[in-house]
Amino acid sequence: MKIAVCVKAVPDTEAKIAIADGKKNIDFAGVRFVTSPYDEFAIEEALKLKEKLGGDTTVISMGGAECTDVLRDSLARGIDNAVHLNDADFAGLDTLSTAKVLASAIKDGGYEIVFMGQQGVGGDNSQVPSMLAELLGFAQATMAVKFECDGTTFKAEREIEGAHEFIEGSLPAVISAQKGLNEPRYPGIKGVMAARRKEIAVKDAAALGVKGQVGGANLKATIKEMALPPERPQGRKIEGDSDAQVSELVKLLRSEAHVL
Amino acid sequence: MSQGILVFVEQRGGQVRKASLEALSEAHRRAAAVGGDVSAVLIGSGVKGLAAQLGKFGAKKVLVVDNAALENYSTETFTQALTEAVKKVSPKYVFAACTSMAKDFIPRAAARLDAACVSDAMDFVTEGANLCPVRPMYSGKTFGTYSLSGDLSFITLRPNVFALSEAGGDAAVEDLSLEISAPKAKVVAVHAAEGNKVELSEAAIVVSGGRGIKGPENWPVLQGLCDALGAALGASRAVVDAGWIDHQFQVGQTGKTVSPQLYIACGISGAIQHLAGMSSSKVIVAINKDPEAPIFKHATYGIVGDVLEVVPKLTDAVRKLHEHN
Ligand SMILES: Cc1cc2nc3c(=O)[nH]c(=O)nc-3n(C[C@H](O)[C@H](O)[C@H](O)COP(=O)(O)OP(=O)(O)OC[C@H]3O[C@@H](n4cnc5c(N)ncnc54)[C@H](O)[C@@H]3O)c2cc1C
Repeated sequence: MKIAVCVKAVPDTEAKIAIADGKKNIDFAGVRFVTSPYDEFAIEEALKLKEKLGGDTTVISMGGAECTDVLRDSLARGIDNAVHLNDADFAGLDTLSTAKVLASAIKDGGYEIVFMGQQGVGGDNSQVPSMLAELLGFAQATMAVKFECDGTTFKAEREIEGAHEFIEGSLPAVISAQKGLNEPRYPGIKGVMAARRKEIAVKDAAALGVKGQVGGANLKATIKEMALPPERPQGRKIEGDSDAQVSELVKLLRSEAHVL
Repeated sequence: MSQGILVFVEQRGGQVRKASLEALSEAHRRAAAVGGDVSAVLIGSGVKGLAAQLGKFGAKKVLVVDNAALENYSTETFTQALTEAVKKVSPKYVFAACTSMAKDFIPRAAARLDAACVSDAMDFVTEGANLCPVRPMYSGKTFGTYSLSGDLSFITLRPNVFALSEAGGDAAVEDLSLEISAPKAKVVAVHAAEGNKVELSEAAIVVSGGRGIKGPENWPVLQGLCDALGAALGASRAVVDAGWIDHQFQVGQTGKTVSPQLYIACGISGAIQHLAGMSSSKVIVAINKDPEAPIFKHATYGIVGDVLEVVPKLTDAVRKLHEHN
């Protein structure tokens, strides 16, 4: 079975975020990139599926130089092949263009299943898995917290507001991983060493057949301006013993904040 | 030319989501700037009776896709129903509440129609007749204002952020009958999770507990405050990872995003990833024994103290308040 995993290189979630000049993006200077945390669950699920059914796993990442370490990290965890989708046209893509690039890399590859994180942290869009499934004509299960597959059909469970949904479908499918799906393994020394020697295939827009179809004038959603959130007004510490604190708090919540 | 706003109104088991009514109210407020009418689409089985009430929230017209095959939500069937409704109405914008259902199928519908999609809008800036959604990025550490191009864009709106208003009138109800194609994947069962009576992401008040509550045996202390306030219970990741409570209660970057009127953080340090899920709350109260805890920088009101001592007293005070009213 051919299994694909899509991963994104994102700024470390601890990174301090500043806005770049021009206010169209964050300032990437000095930012450390990591595998988007949800993608770690996707990688793990791909490895588990291969262990169960056999086959071949390929990790795919779209972006610039920051993808290399992230792809090596996937290889170190045990993914077989890595593909880097890299082209100047791929900078600053919206979700739909991103899905189109990924679809172009996946569609003729004979993949039966694509795992990805339910959200790339940073952009926080949670859109690309569903868009990719549509463009490929695949079934989908997003935000999966449980997954099972026998090679032709799958079962997934997802958390919704106040309930769990149980999904059954047939392959091929795109599955997006939510926290709780599994416990990602960490790469061992041997894996890290082996990953260093592995080849990362690089494909550009022309090789993928999407030259002129993504980015630039094709973008449908672009950032006009990025800003830091408004500062919250300086809060107030309520003094006194706990009885005094509680009665003061209740008073403030009622007559100042009007939320009680 | 496409015109107006179509709002997907989510229902489950015959219950319309409040967040969808918020989206409809916001569409009504924005309609004058955008031009054209506000319409709504209801998708399900036996849901026609829910249509008329949407008029007062601003829908001029309600399209109803009522079909036994739509009894349970499934990505592909709802994508088909919504995209057919969009083709019928030709709106400039499609709004939906940003819920787990919308996150699942709205992007698929957008891709099918080759349209822009923006999730989790918290505000809009208008530029002529164009809406520019404003949404949190980098877990709320920045906000992006988007320009949208093309004749059609899908926008999901964060629950609890946009005000409900009943400034509309009567709605014309229209059936849209469709032959629903068999999906490749479908929902075969929905099991209610044991959890909050009020859905966390839609609750007006949230009381969350972190490692400072000392152990899972103390959840009843926070639950007491929840009951007194009619609040939903939330939690930090530290206590979810420790197995004190299920992941569905987790607030933060890898949990739920909430924007209640009042968020009470009990024994939570205020890590950046926790703030990501609650920093858009209107009023934040922090109860923490460490005066240096980062949560105090974000709290509207802070109490330095032992959560297990303060919370029961707060619960009593709230109960007394309600008795007097
Ligand atoms: C990729 C990633 C994603 C993450 N996602 C999330 C997420 O979604 N949500 C989330 O919450 N975290 C998330 N985290 C974890 C986050 O960084 C913190 O570790 C976590 O929020 C800490 O939880 P806490 O505040 O309960 O615990 P702690 O940080 O241990 O804080 C406990 C607090 O309780 C106080 N305290 C102790 N005893 C008492 C007492 N008796 N009375 C009053 N106060 C007391 C202490 O002073 C302290 O401030 C994520 C981390 C990473 C790396």
